[in-house]
Amino acid sequence: MRRFALIAIPYFWLLALFLVPFLIVLKISLSDLALARPPYLPQWNFGDGWEALRAFFADLDMENFVFLSEDDLYWRAYISSLRIAVISTVITLLVGFPIAYGIARSPVEWRPTLLMLIILPFWTSFLIRVYAWMGILSKEGLLNQFLLWLGVIGEPLTILNTNTAVYIAIVYTYLPFMILPIYAALDRLDDSLLEAAEDLGCSRIQAFWLVTIPLARNGIIAGCFLVFIPAIGEVIIPSLMGGSGTLMIGKVLWEEFFSNRDWPVASAVAIILLLILIIPIILFQRNEQKQREAEG
Amino acid sequence: MNQTAFAPWDDPAAKPLIQFRDVTKRFGTFTAIEGLSLDIFEKEFFALLGPSGCGKTTMMRMLAGFEDVTEGQILLNGQDIAPVPPNKRAVNMMFQSYALFPHLSIWDNIAFGLRRDRMSKDAIAARVEEMLRLTRLEKFARRKPHQISGGQRQRVALARSLAKAPKLLLLDEPLGALDKKLRQDTQFELMDIQETTGTTFVIVTHDQEEAMTVASRVAVMDEGKLMQVATPDQIYEAPNSVYVADFIGDVNIIEGKAAQTGDKVTIAWAEGQPDIQGTTATRTFSPGQTCHFAIRPEKVAISADKPDAPNALQGKVLDIAYLGNISTYHVELPTGAVIKAQTANTRRIARRSFTWEDPVWISFSDTAGVLLEH
Repeated sequence: MRRFALIAIPYFWLLALFLVPFLIVLKISLSDLALARPPYLPQWNFGDGWEALRAFFADLDMENFVFLSEDDLYWRAYISSLRIAVISTVITLLVGFPIAYGIARSPVEWRPTLLMLIILPFWTSFLIRVYAWMGILSKEGLLNQFLLWLGVIGEPLTILNTNTAVYIAIVYTYLPFMILPIYAALDRLDDSLLEAAEDLGCSRIQAFWLVTIPLARNGIIAGCFLVFIPAIGEVIIPSLMGGSGTLMIGKVLWEEFFSNRDWPVASAVAIILLLILIIPIILFQRNEQKQREAEG
Repeated sequence: MNQTAFAPWDDPAAKPLIQFRDVTKRFGTFTAIEGLSLDIFEKEFFALLGPSGCGKTTMMRMLAGFEDVTEGQILLNGQDIAPVPPNKRAVNMMFQSYALFPHLSIWDNIAFGLRRDRMSKDAIAARVEEMLRLTRLEKFARRKPHQISGGQRQRVALARSLAKAPKLLLLDEPLGALDKKLRQDTQFELMDIQETTGTTFVIVTHDQEEAMTVASRVAVMDEGKLMQVATPDQIYEAPNSVYVADFIGDVNIIEGKAAQTGDKVTIAWAEGQPDIQGTTATRTFSPGQTCHFAIRPEKVAISADKPDAPNALQGKVLDIAYLGNISTYHVELPTGAVIKAQTANTRRIARRSFTWEDPVWISFSDTAGVLLEH
């Protein structure tokens, strides 16, 4: 009985906070747009009885999903989001790995401080940090002023409201999610393994590719998923820092909800996004589980 | 081959494989190794023995190339190895933690070093199979290191470090992680493998029994210095200092003033007690010089009646340590000194001759002990 209660808590949590909201969104995505409050039909009340319930289900259809497949805006937004997420993940990995490696190789007494510096920005509001980046990257911003002062450029660069700004902000925002798992993997790496590799005839660089990278693999995979999954659905960064040419599904979703007030289509967009994300999430879970088994 | 014939260290014409020449190693202000000179010969099984922090691991790491020599030289086959990086040395190491690559199978772990040498695939496969046979690991070739037992991992580490047929194999506490029974079996296995392959082994250990069992010669170290380098029997029977006598096995040390005539030495060690009669062939003590008489417990006899022996002292049994095959009696002399005497338990315990508080005589011959200056 106690075991049952223990398992029941997380399951109840998932049911209340994931499954029920998902079913509500699914239901809205199958509804029709209406000038009402809430802005969709059909509605169903508990008091209406069985007849009304049957009519309610008869009114649900896949019309919004058909619409999504017909208007290429949505498909292009999904593809563009995937592309931006993949590129950002690769850049984050290229920036994050050397940092994680540096921290893992630093003197033991320095590591907590360095890790703290990685985590510290998280103690400020995300929105404020994005606005700070807007201040840095805008035409009259710090970066342009600095480059003009150095004489590297003759006139200000346009960075803000381009895809470049979106990449910069995504890499900046999700960098800790990349660094921390890679650091955790590298930290566990026994130095004697590298010595053994050298002893057996590897140069330092060979030892890095043959020992360090394979043993950091799970950390790298975890870090990539932790960046990739939220980056696909990112809303605030493309809205605030992207330009008119930046097409991301999160932004489309936001506009459907708040500008068009077309909740059913917005819900359909959300459902498709979730289906797209389920694949990497399952892969991520499998990687985690494999790692746990390997450590047995 | 007759075991006693192998003694290149006694042959002045023999060329050592490894020579430490006045080697000093400092870490900052701490001196780990101080002016140490040592020759190790081909096909030797050489043990570096000492308490933790005595510098034995540092010596091994200098041989492997993981630590630089601060002063002096280390020669391998007459060549200074200081400029040779670890990956180019004909020296392999078996790590204390084994350092097996967890992401590679046993087979790939053993093949790791061979692949770095750009050997052909067939040659690598043949060599790996040979190593697997040598260490009886054929059945586990496809497993990962975390899927095998500690003893098997130890053998994989050995196979991997032997695969490249190094001139010198370094073993850092190779049996430290094994339980006692397995450790004893593995010691003999190590000796067999060393003999089969003809590789020179240098083993680092803090376990004196292990060093005595496997090694052709043992170097006892303390605080960065060599205290004595000799064969196990010499180390045990003829230690050159109280430190070595005390470090290896159990020993009674009696301190007194020496008076020497020829090779006979009498030691006045306590008032009202008869002087101890000893012999020494190698040392000369000036009259009245402080002298330590070291005698192993198994060379001390215990009896109820006064025996006819050059040295006989009376006391009473203070303690008995029963170890199954032997018993160690702690005999307290009237001076308060406690002497350990060991007897083999050839009889059943119920018929033990002595018990607590019994007055007894302990005795030993004049050649049983060793006389030491310090």
